[in-house]
Amino acid sequence: MKRKNKSTGALSQLLIPLVALGILIVFNLIRDISFFSIGMRVNNAGNIVLTGNLISIIDSASELAIISMGMTLVTAACGGQDISVGAVGAISGAVFVKIIQAMGGITPASVIAGFVVCCLATILFKLFNGTLVAVFRIQPMIATLILYSCGRSIAYWINGDATPQLNSPIINSIGMTIPGIPVPTPIFAVILVGLLLALLFRFTSLRIYTQAVGINEGAARLNGINPTRIKLISFILLGVCVSVAALIGVCRLGQLNHKTLLVDIEMDAILAVAIGGNNLGGGRFNLTGSILGAYIIQMLTTTLYAMNVAPVNVKAFKAIAIIIIVVAGSPVVKSRLANLFNRLRSGSAGGSPKKEGVN
Amino acid sequence: MEDGIVLAMRGICKSFPGVKALNNVDFTLRKGEIHALMGENGAGKSTLIKVLTGVYEKDAGSIEIEGYPGEVHIHSPQQAQNIGISTVYQEITLCPNLTVAENMFIGRTNDTVVHWKEYEKRATEILDNLGIPARAKQELSRCSLAVQQMVAIARAVDMNCKVLILDEPTSSLDDKEVAMLFQLMRDLRARGVGIIFVTHFLEQVYEVSDRITVLRNGELVGEYAVDKLPQVELVAKMIGKSLDDLAELEQIGRHDSTHEDVVYEATDLSSAECRPFDFQIHKGEVNGFTGLLGSGRSESVRAIFGADQVTGGKVKINGRDVRISNPHDAMKNGIGYLPEDRKRDGIIADLSVRENIILALQTIQGMNRPIPRAKAEAFADEYIEALQIKTASQDTPIKSLSGGNQQKVILARWLLTHPQYLILDEPTRGIDVGTKLEIQKLVLKLAEEGMSITFISSEIEEMLRTCSRLIVMRDRKIVGELSGDELTQAQVMKTIAGGEEER
Repeated sequence: MKRKNKSTGALSQLLIPLVALGILIVFNLIRDISFFSIGMRVNNAGNIVLTGNLISIIDSASELAIISMGMTLVTAACGGQDISVGAVGAISGAVFVKIIQAMGGITPASVIAGFVVCCLATILFKLFNGTLVAVFRIQPMIATLILYSCGRSIAYWINGDATPQLNSPIINSIGMTIPGIPVPTPIFAVILVGLLLALLFRFTSLRIYTQAVGINEGAARLNGINPTRIKLISFILLGVCVSVAALIGVCRLGQLNHKTLLVDIEMDAILAVAIGGNNLGGGRFNLTGSILGAYIIQMLTTTLYAMNVAPVNVKAFKAIAIIIIVVAGSPVVKSRLANLFNRLRSGSAGGSPKKEGVN
Repeated sequence: MEDGIVLAMRGICKSFPGVKALNNVDFTLRKGEIHALMGENGAGKSTLIKVLTGVYEKDAGSIEIEGYPGEVHIHSPQQAQNIGISTVYQEITLCPNLTVAENMFIGRTNDTVVHWKEYEKRATEILDNLGIPARAKQELSRCSLAVQQMVAIARAVDMNCKVLILDEPTSSLDDKEVAMLFQLMRDLRARGVGIIFVTHFLEQVYEVSDRITVLRNGELVGEYAVDKLPQVELVAKMIGKSLDDLAELEQIGRHDSTHEDVVYEATDLSSAECRPFDFQIHKGEVNGFTGLLGSGRSESVRAIFGADQVTGGKVKINGRDVRISNPHDAMKNGIGYLPEDRKRDGIIADLSVRENIILALQTIQGMNRPIPRAKAEAFADEYIEALQIKTASQDTPIKSLSGGNQQKVILARWLLTHPQYLILDEPTRGIDVGTKLEIQKLVLKLAEEGMSITFISSEIEEMLRTCSRLIVMRDRKIVGELSGDELTQAQVMKTIAGGEEER
């Protein structure tokens, strides 16, 4: 009974994103059933890979899904959003490439070293944001606005104006597929990050701490929680997410372009958090919701392209769909729906639910 | 509808999932009367008020209002206001940064052009008329809480109101301010306004009310004229049992524990908010800090718990030197603290009852040792049962519980950590008589079992009943310490008022 209560609580948060996803799927089924066909082909590198819209949606939403998870945590703990993830992602990518070049070429060792260093660098930048937010109590949007506007300049200083090419099977394995495995690697990256976070929440009490700090920081402190530390942790985790996303972004294209790497991803990430039913004011959160949100956004884009909507118009159509989803998930609509549902149920049962329970 | 009746509610029912909040409740308000609505937390007072003001829709029953033939259906607070039902809530819902006049007229007009001059004039008239000591052009935040409350009432009354609901209007006022408010209530009564007065202060009910309606567990107990219902009987009706409990409490009484070991000792302890003070507490002792609001009693215990920045002093626990500079240190040393302001510092509103209960134990255990779900459920069940917390389930968000039950959850949170020294700052504020008694009993029982407890309450009687030693504070300084025979209301008052110097 208690378990059931819990799952219904989580379900009600996931209801809107699940329904939105369901509608998108049904819409595509009706529109063109071949939208869902999955095939196999041999790619440029000579590997057998899965193809099809679904694979492409899940694959190309990977960076967004990963960053959305980190964004969810920062949102929950700090009650605000980090708008510098795209720009810091560009720095991340630049550091990654710089290290590989410094080590004289693409080898497994240089890629690993590159990732470790870029991960550390990203965490440092995120700690800078986190310190402004947690210690100096600057609103997250302002605290991250700084890096949002200068992050790509920093990326430029690291690598100059060049767009270095990375051509190597190792890079392809990270950004596309590993020979012998037909599923794109970024999908595994999402699963890995999700799994790591799930384990973190399973084996520490970080979830309840984060939620407590997000809901009532003062009370959390009086219960022995250090809010500053929890907020910094959320930024560190976001830093890890950003560096993984940057790694995928660079490897997917096989080149670094500091102007386009993860560009505008912050807005989509915030949107994914919101579509996932999370309160942007902080507090309770649900990572699954944010991941679903990311896939919904990507599916929407892919669907629109599949319908041959001109690229200029895609954003406008996307906006309309998103307004519908967000309004459907708003507290006002939710409570009206709940009322309607209750009335229908008590009407058909001919009495209040309580009575039934007693009898 | 009979003459002289402004409001008749008949057979009101309202259910929430799992709870029957109101069951067939009648309520009648006559013209020019102050009618106290009494009941424990969760008795259905707030629900009844919310049904009346259109916040909730009733499941069954009828509401009649003078001047509106037949039943009225109230769907929104706006509509309630339009038919003459105004509410002034416990928390002041005005805008402190606006002027008194602006507060009185904002959102009430449909004019496109706002005639502030005219409003100011009218506001002045109303204020004078009601004898409210505020000026129309004064910024609201510069008025005392009582005056702010009165401005809220003036705003309500000016909206042509027949029924004025005052929901816990006195909970943050001092005695003088309460007297001012009561005068205003009497004036309004003389003008024929029907006033519904919701409060937890029994004395105040007897001071101003004409009639009392008592609710218990969502049902109507009865309607009584004030002079026909002695205070003890009122309490008995509210909690649904005789006053044996109170007698029992007197019997448990306080016991002397000065010969026991000192559990906590502070020397020259000071914080950003309070001056250096010395303090010690024995095993199994219940002591209290008393003094007027702002005398520094809360600040002192906050310093003990490390809630404010500790700036100096030495602390010994069980004779051992320790450093307590933040709440976590204090908790690690077996100190628990139930804060004064439950809403602001106590509850984590959106978290479930279970999560709220285990939170402190979890932070003592540390981040790397999460309490397993099954264990957390067992803890929650245990304390919901032990403290009789009324909640639909342990997954219910704490914010949807009544005040008294929220307080019990916070109490459960600290009891679960098995502290050796527990600080309770106003644990009984804003909660009903029955729960108050339960908490006092619990305090004495815990002390019996060896826990040291500091108990702070604005109600001196309550402290006299539970504490064996009272520390009296004035102007952020300890000005006296009373124990044994000195523990009488008169002596406490005298010490608070000044007279004796520090030992």
